[in-house]
Amino acid sequence: MSIRRHLLLIIALAIKELLALLRDKKSRMVLIGPPIAQLLIFGYAATFDLNHITLAVYNEDPGEASRELISRLSGSPNIDLLYTIQHESEIKPLIDNQDVLMVVHIHPQFSADISQGKSGKVQLILDGRNSNTAMIALNYTREIILQLNQQWAKNGLLHGPPVILESRAWYNENLRSRWFIVSGIIGLLSLVVSLVVTALSVAREREQGTFDQLLVTPVHPAFILIGKAIPGLLIGILEASFIIVVAVLWFDLPFRGSIGALYLGVFLFTLSSVGIGLMISSICVTQQQAVLGAFMFLVPAVILSGFATPIANMPDSVQLITYLDPLRYFLIIVRSVFMEAGSYNLFWPQYWPMVIIAITTLTMAAWLFRHKMY
Amino acid sequence: MSVAEVSVENLCKTFHVGKQTIQALNNVSFSLKPGQVTGLIGPDGAGKTTLMRLLCGLLTIDSGRITVSGLDGATQAADIQASVSYMPQRFGLYEDLTVQENLDLYADLKGLAPGQRQTRYEELMKLTGLAPFTGRLAGKLSGGMKQKLGLACALVVTPKVLILDEPTVGVDPISRRELWHIVYQQVEQAGMTVLLSTAYLDEAERCAEVILLHEGKMLQQATPAIFSERVQGRSWLVSSPHLSNRQLQLKLSQLPGIIDALIVQGGVRVVTETADISFIQPSFDAATSLQTKAITPSFEDSFIDRLKQHNTDTGKTAITAHIAAEHPSDEVVIKVDQLKRTFGDFIAVNKVSFNVNKGEIFGLLGANGAGKSTTFRMLCGLLPISSGHCSVAGVDLRHAANQARQNIGYMAQKFSLYGQLTVMQNLRFYASCYGLFKKQQQARIQWAIDTFELEPYRNTNTADMPLGYKQRMSFAVALMHQPDILFLDEPTSGIDPLARREFWARTNALAESGVTVLVTTHFMEEANYCDHMVIMANGTVLAKGTPEQMKQLAQQENQPEPSMEDAFIYLIEQQMNKQSARQKQVSTP
Repeated sequence: MSIRRHLLLIIALAIKELLALLRDKKSRMVLIGPPIAQLLIFGYAATFDLNHITLAVYNEDPGEASRELISRLSGSPNIDLLYTIQHESEIKPLIDNQDVLMVVHIHPQFSADISQGKSGKVQLILDGRNSNTAMIALNYTREIILQLNQQWAKNGLLHGPPVILESRAWYNENLRSRWFIVSGIIGLLSLVVSLVVTALSVAREREQGTFDQLLVTPVHPAFILIGKAIPGLLIGILEASFIIVVAVLWFDLPFRGSIGALYLGVFLFTLSSVGIGLMISSICVTQQQAVLGAFMFLVPAVILSGFATPIANMPDSVQLITYLDPLRYFLIIVRSVFMEAGSYNLFWPQYWPMVIIAITTLTMAAWLFRHKMY
Repeated sequence: MSVAEVSVENLCKTFHVGKQTIQALNNVSFSLKPGQVTGLIGPDGAGKTTLMRLLCGLLTIDSGRITVSGLDGATQAADIQASVSYMPQRFGLYEDLTVQENLDLYADLKGLAPGQRQTRYEELMKLTGLAPFTGRLAGKLSGGMKQKLGLACALVVTPKVLILDEPTVGVDPISRRELWHIVYQQVEQAGMTVLLSTAYLDEAERCAEVILLHEGKMLQQATPAIFSERVQGRSWLVSSPHLSNRQLQLKLSQLPGIIDALIVQGGVRVVTETADISFIQPSFDAATSLQTKAITPSFEDSFIDRLKQHNTDTGKTAITAHIAAEHPSDEVVIKVDQLKRTFGDFIAVNKVSFNVNKGEIFGLLGANGAGKSTTFRMLCGLLPISSGHCSVAGVDLRHAANQARQNIGYMAQKFSLYGQLTVMQNLRFYASCYGLFKKQQQARIQWAIDTFELEPYRNTNTADMPLGYKQRMSFAVALMHQPDILFLDEPTSGIDPLARREFWARTNALAESGVTVLVTTHFMEEANYCDHMVIMANGTVLAKGTPEQMKQLAQQENQPEPSMEDAFIYLIEQQMNKQSARQKQVSTP
């Protein structure tokens, strides 16, 4: 066969695959529903930022300094002062019932100590059941007290602390966690969609018997594979583009890097997820198995990718496994393009592992097509 | 005069599938006499299963009235269910439970008192011959045994009315005979009223009465004898010493005035429009020395006669294949040698050997689960071989270059085209797979649409087409690239007699033009279409040869003209005798 006929054949296979996918109401829903739902959930609900720290104040000091501290705390947009309590015994039930996240206890001598130029004592009681939240609340409070210290120092009320830490967060100046999470979703969603679409494709044909009908034609398995990979690739790239646009226009993420470098990453990443999807698909006999298989891969892949928790915090042996995860590489690329103006030269160490993952999985899928039949 | 046990008045039922509305039953009225077997017969999609499910209260009635044992179907459905037993088409057995556990389950569901169970179980196990297998998982029983267990479960509590939906389809002839025996015994002993649907028309003659259903309407309710009267004097056996049955049938079926031409043992069975057959003589050479003989009409003759009146679409378009007419040659096209396939410790195909010559129709006959499809899948390279060899046109398709598959056409047992794609989209896709593009592609697609009369369905999703058209469509795809060898796996399973005739007419025409056809079937009488055949049971070949040779095997004094079914039963019984003899040898040192 000439190259032209090969091309026509591949086009016919890809069109068939796309039609089978898009003409079915259920699989159309898989392409549209989850991406939008996840984008909304992750974009709005999933955030590390604390906007409503609930606070109770137990002030034993009648002085001016303590009143200023309290007004600073309650004036912060992130802190809601809910209760002002009069007795120590009231603290425990408030924390136990999760009525408040923290209680600020001001010592009776606070204002007196400050005015004498000594250190005032403030006790902070935190609900430590969610350690992450408690840490963030502690940091906020510490920041407010630090600012108060500086103000009093300027007014000559206090001697200034010997060292002042001036922090600047680069790339995400206000440390908005939405930037971090929405950029991650680009990888997460195109992984989910291209994986599920391809994982179901062979299994669906096996279940319906169409795969046998296809295998008795003279079409080479490699062409069947290419025909199945193209729709997965197209859909994965389209989903990624959709989220990139929403991220920039709706969620106001900055876009500082090279669009070409990002799309090279999107392409290689989708190709490797398609490879993994096809591999899962050719092992499975039913669609049910394929969906289970896809999720068996997805959950660890997301956790090990650094989507939410830093890879550097993982034990060394687990860190080694993360090198097999294409999402790990892609997240570095996408976050870098969005926030730090990354470009091609920075990404070679991320590109080539994805190339290797794609080649390996696609080759294995092609082999399994013919050899794994029962 | 006894009161009707079941009566149905002006029953209607419609279904809505997407935007389509299907009138499954249209104004059906009949009554069943108590204590006899009534057969429910009709082509696929006639509404048989819908009717049965309505009778059991599993569907709600749109309009009309059902009365079972004096109970009203609309308001007292729960009470009806207590006196009716229903055996659905796909037996409602739990495959992961043993035979005994299945029985217990049904006894619990039907509320059989524990004290009565033991005697009823013993009766049923004796009746079905399942006593030695009570500890076996239902999923590991053979097709025939599963059906018998299904029937036993339906009979755990002796019902007043027994409703059986195609209980004998795909079951081997011996189990079929046994199933009928059980049903009749229940009718005689317990005076049960039985309604039974079947796809085997010869079984209609075993019923006391037959209800003929077509496209949701009831055409007639009568005894089989009354049905046959209709074609009295119009059934003939035509034969010629100089023409093959296939050529004879091909020619006869094209003649006007002929309603049905069917290849049977010793010639072609013909039903004419009038009680005169002499008009066919001028169409044949004097040299063919055509012989005609009047025969007793069968239920099938009358069934076809009846349906042809209702069906304008006769499907007589013959296929003209590309190969010049050549008669079966000695050239071996398909070679199967000691072929074996195991799944775990289950031997699906055990040392099967046969050869198929060029240009012949070769049949693989056997019940469901005999190993026919497994053999087929190995031949087509879809399933690895455990041991042995097979080759098609000189190559093993599993290891041969992909181009070797250009020679074969394959039609799977189950409809296996893309259901969500339209007829045109499917045809275009498969044409491309066979390397047909542009003009060539257009030409072949037009050929397929014309030959198989698919025009009205061009833009319909294949999943939404009627069964007969699905089968045509699969056949069209298999023939798209004009293959020399055709693999047809159970092409006639589940389609009605009219579509079966149409299918065989096309296959005959193909074989006449030199295409080699390998076909599997569980309809024993279809063996008459084959040049050579093997009979398979439990993964082994019981016998091979021509249909005539098979029947000669079973020829005995009390059975001078055995049918293919008799031959099959004879062969199976022989095998069982051999096995028990072998077991005796082993046990006596």
